[in-house]
Amino acid sequence: MEIKVRLFATLREKRGKEVTTVLSDSPTVRELIDSLGIKESEVAILLVNGLDAKLDRQLQEKDVVSIFPPVGGG
Amino acid sequence: MYGYQGKILRVDLSNGICKVEPLDEKVARKFIGGRGLATKLFVDEVSPLVDALSPENKLLIATGPLTGTPAPTSGRYMVVTKSPLTGTIASSNAGGYWGAELKFAGYDIIIVEGKSKKPVYLMIEDDTVEIRDASHIWGKFVSETTSKLLKEVPEKSRVLTIGPAGEKMSHIAAVISDVSRAAGRSGVGAVMGSKNLKAITVRGTKKVTLADEEALKAVIKDCGAKIKENGVTGQGLPAYGTAVLVNIVNEGGVFPTNNYQTSQFPDAEEISGELMAEKYLVRKDPCYRCPIGCGRYCKVDNIEGGGPEYESIWAFGGDCGISDMASVIKANYWCNEYGLDTISTGTTIAAAMELYQKGYLKNEDLNGLSLEFGDNEAIIEWTKRIGLREGFGAKMADGSYVLTNSYGVSELSMSVKKQELPAYDPRAIQGQGLAYATSNRGGCHVRAYLISPEILSLPEKLDRFAIEGKATWVKIFQDLTAFIDSSGICLFTSFALGVEDYKALINAVLGTNWTGEDILLAGERIWNLEKLFNLEAGIDSSQDTLPKRLLEDPISSGPSEGNLSRLSEMLPEYYKLRGWSVEGIPTSERKSLLGL
Repeated sequence: MEIKVRLFATLREKRGKEVTTVLSDSPTVRELIDSLGIKESEVAILLVNGLDAKLDRQLQEKDVVSIFPPVGGG
Repeated sequence: MYGYQGKILRVDLSNGICKVEPLDEKVARKFIGGRGLATKLFVDEVSPLVDALSPENKLLIATGPLTGTPAPTSGRYMVVTKSPLTGTIASSNAGGYWGAELKFAGYDIIIVEGKSKKPVYLMIEDDTVEIRDASHIWGKFVSETTSKLLKEVPEKSRVLTIGPAGEKMSHIAAVISDVSRAAGRSGVGAVMGSKNLKAITVRGTKKVTLADEEALKAVIKDCGAKIKENGVTGQGLPAYGTAVLVNIVNEGGVFPTNNYQTSQFPDAEEISGELMAEKYLVRKDPCYRCPIGCGRYCKVDNIEGGGPEYESIWAFGGDCGISDMASVIKANYWCNEYGLDTISTGTTIAAAMELYQKGYLKNEDLNGLSLEFGDNEAIIEWTKRIGLREGFGAKMADGSYVLTNSYGVSELSMSVKKQELPAYDPRAIQGQGLAYATSNRGGCHVRAYLISPEILSLPEKLDRFAIEGKATWVKIFQDLTAFIDSSGICLFTSFALGVEDYKALINAVLGTNWTGEDILLAGERIWNLEKLFNLEAGIDSSQDTLPKRLLEDPISSGPSEGNLSRLSEMLPEYYKLRGWSVEGIPTSERKSLLGL
């Protein structure tokens, strides 16, 4: 299963802006971030296809996951 | 007196007289300072029916009791007046260093009244106050004005000024201090220009007296730790500034694009905080005693200066369809130089672009310039024309409502109470929509920053599409923000601090024993005071609404597709919670409870 992961702000360090992961089963977001070496505490805003999601969300083919670390306001 | 300096500086420009008056400590404590106290003094002295650009309007610049103390972010001040843009009470907040310096000079508030016959500036050095000729700086840009004045006023003075836009009384003109810190919204710069007051320089050497220095030290240590540990104030803002929001807001389809025609900008990455940090950021630009340092300082080609902030990037970027960060930075720079509000200027250009797109404007009208969405030169050149009221720029200089209304299509002005909406589409974020509609100064995001819970999950995560409970959240944010705006420290501390922290800070400075409820009640009092003034000024609750597009046209694409603002479902609950009538008028019971 191919899932596109969009990373922002400090999460881009050593990882880049976009990562396409290939995982065998339908993973949860939690499993996905684990595979990328991202800690749960580093995930402040989590979107799947632009909408709020939780870490135990089961992902599907072609999902786009957007992850932001604790960030800002204006 | 603890916290306050106990002095009001009253400047009568019609007669060239400066007087010092005592501050009534009882009134001060009831309305706190800054926004609250200045509003109280204003409504006591000025008729709600006053013409905003007449000599009878007054311009108040107010510090808070925490300004100039060792509290974190203690450099804020408020500019309070009647707005020529909205006709409501205006309160524009700014940071930098000028506010702290005014406190050190020994004044809590300046009240400017009347009108000078010729352009003047005010020089303040502790007890010495002089009205000086400004003919040699009238017409000059903000940075040149600042550097020229610094050569003729006491060393280490700070400068607050208007640019050409304020001199020409553009209804979207700002007051700028420290070269790039803007009291931006509501045309407060025009009021200053209408009085022929070009600038105020200030130098001060007096300290602020604190009730309990030891207690304050402990509270500051605690607050400092919280600010450092919090992801927003400790990591995101220092690294990327408010610009970090571009990708966040866009990813969810909440980023108004092309004058709010769509809600997601394909090129958001090109104008993001991440890109800014990579290509244009020179350094952070912190305000007085600020451990966060969200301010940016950027360089592009031969232009360098403070900013841009998220709202400014959005207004000139996504809202005008611009994907070139360099052009956005330049437009922001020129707003600072001409003394213009970046939000209202960018979004007024966006409204003009939609007018052009829909065929209301002819090429012959446009002085050889373009008004096409996405045209990089346009956002820069039109900013300059607006700043000088030149050519078609004169039609844009008083904001998007005046512009679009002149073509009979005021529904193309994305504004509330004629003040342009900022950078979050309320169809995709319900609580923020209610906040926009009920803000006492018109379209505004900072009166109640519901983005915090609805997008950033602070203090907790709310579903941005839900309406349940939003009225309660909006009221709390409005009341707490009113208190913070009156205290003299920065609203951004509220990502990390809560009511108990503000209570501890103010009690240590003033020697009071206020509870968290007292803090919120003071905020509620200030909110109602503003509302009552607005009602008497003729701005009634029929104006607690949103542009037609946001109530009737669902978002057409992106993650937030299909959504509308459900304002009408939240508004009655909001009025009830506020203790107002169904028509949105404060009842005598509520006024009595608040001591109004």
